[in-house]
Amino acid sequence: MLGDPLFRNGVDWGDFAVMGVKVVVAFALLLVATMFMVWFERKFIADMQNRIGPNVAGPWGILQTFADGVKFFFKEDLRPANADPLVFRLAPYISAVTAFLAFSIVPIGGVFRDGGGETGTVTLFGKVTYLQVADPPIGILLLLAVSSIAVYGVMLAGWSSGSKYPLLGSVRASAQAISYEAALGMSVVAVVMLAGSLSTHDITAGQAGGVRTWYVLSAGIVPFVIFLIAATAEMNRPPFDLVEAEQELVGGFHTEYSSIRFALFFLAEFMNVVTMSAIMVTLFFGGPAGPVLFGMTWFWPTVWFFAKVLVFLAMFIWFRATLPRLRYDQLMNLGWKVLIPLALGWLLVRATILQVDEGTIDPVIAIIVGILAAGACFLLFTAALGAGDRAYERDQALQEERERSR
Amino acid sequence: MGYLNGFKVTFARLFEDRVTTEFPAEKRPKPVRFHGRHVLNRHEDGMEKCIGCELCAGVCPAKCIHVRGADNPLADPVSPGERYGFVYEINYLRCIHCDLCVEACPTEAITESKILEFSFTNRDDAIYTKDELVVDDEGRPRHQPWELWMEGEDEHLSGWMRATAPSGAAAFEGRVGWSGDLGHGVRSPERGQTGSEELDGDVENEPEAGR
Repeated sequence: MLGDPLFRNGVDWGDFAVMGVKVVVAFALLLVATMFMVWFERKFIADMQNRIGPNVAGPWGILQTFADGVKFFFKEDLRPANADPLVFRLAPYISAVTAFLAFSIVPIGGVFRDGGGETGTVTLFGKVTYLQVADPPIGILLLLAVSSIAVYGVMLAGWSSGSKYPLLGSVRASAQAISYEAALGMSVVAVVMLAGSLSTHDITAGQAGGVRTWYVLSAGIVPFVIFLIAATAEMNRPPFDLVEAEQELVGGFHTEYSSIRFALFFLAEFMNVVTMSAIMVTLFFGGPAGPVLFGMTWFWPTVWFFAKVLVFLAMFIWFRATLPRLRYDQLMNLGWKVLIPLALGWLLVRATILQVDEGTIDPVIAIIVGILAAGACFLLFTAALGAGDRAYERDQALQEERERSR
Repeated sequence: MGYLNGFKVTFARLFEDRVTTEFPAEKRPKPVRFHGRHVLNRHEDGMEKCIGCELCAGVCPAKCIHVRGADNPLADPVSPGERYGFVYEINYLRCIHCDLCVEACPTEAITESKILEFSFTNRDDAIYTKDELVVDDEGRPRHQPWELWMEGEDEHLSGWMRATAPSGAAAFEGRVGWSGDLGHGVRSPERGQTGSEELDGDVENEPEAGR
């Protein structure tokens, strides 16, 4: 609610310096984390497939990503003859910049104490500040906004390539992103409702009272699961990687890209995995919350934060190793017919429980009205789905008839 | 929860052995009848077996063998017969290692070793000339600088041939059709289709597969 204490008493050059340091550190951190993620993914999925994975560049092949990155700079930069020159060049940067932006709202450290007051601050160069690049009042909305803009990167890349596979890939991407953005936002609302704020700092502060206050438990497990699935779809990770389904679309939207432009897409993709893991830790798993074991109180929260992020990174890789890609209609069904209704329904349930806890509603009335409303919703929902199915069958029958008469 | 069983499978894989062979450092054993690069064998007295008949070049489906025969110089004959292989070149950018040349050869002059890892970096190296193909004075293939050999890959060059070894034993050292090889001694022929029981008994009939 208070905002970053750094800016509370006017802005001087010291504040600029602190901001500069934070930006540079966050930038470097994210880049290193992304490089680590690429290596970690290759190594971990190799372990899950009885292979060895990269093992030549550096110890355990840890410099492999670096080597690949250097290689990309020296590759020929191709542009198809009928690609739109400006948009074709612009698209990778949209992807990369938005991937960077989303990370800026994540608090990566600071000791959060239970119960009001100034919390989660660190002292940098004699300035008291939060350990996050920015703490805008709109907070988590920035993530949703930025991840929507990231779709433009994919969309424009596919459209401007002047080639059919990228176009198909980007059309899939936009449809998928729009479908899952809704579920993603809806699951965030449950957390925002409990925290009473959109600011990521306040959301983290709301989970400082031990594991029981973490929103993964106090919001019920459902929003987290929905967020996890929707986020996986949002970043085009398997099993939702229809956007770049290698077997069908060559490489999806980035088929025509090469050299450093391709590297930017690649970077953005893995950066989104890191960012989404960080956001999930922030929203549901208490962010940097964790016990301070010995000394250095400001150090341990950051360690806990990255440990939690690492677990999520491993989980996304585990998904990729295990789950086969969804079919397109399954993807749409899951998004529209399962996740969105579930997220909406759970939001209502959780809101009612919240009101009952605060004593504004009588529990008996809440239960009766709730059951009636749930029944009505269920009937409406089934009716809607049934109507949709019937319309689909009618279409199919019509089409068959037309085929036969031809 | 049938949906989640797959996660168990992939997780269990983490603790299993790796199937990877780290290739250049470590090579998987090759099958005993592997078709590698060719060698040109020599008789026990050091004379070349090739008689320059060009049957190998004629049969080659990839047209990668170039042979020119010439009359043996009377003072210093290269091969025991009338003619010898004056030019013998194999282009390994074209060779498909089908072994038809080996089957066509009437004198068992050309056979295949198990050497396969030879990655030349220019076209001249890709064309093996007679100097590179003919075995050395011990009857071993000549090791070119760009070839990666594993132990044993230079053995059994002409000690076995699929068309003439009814027992199927590759490790047929000491016995081969009618010709002796440089470094390997004179060999008596293998008879019959059933293999060792018709033979004198000391023949190694075990394939080396699991080495």
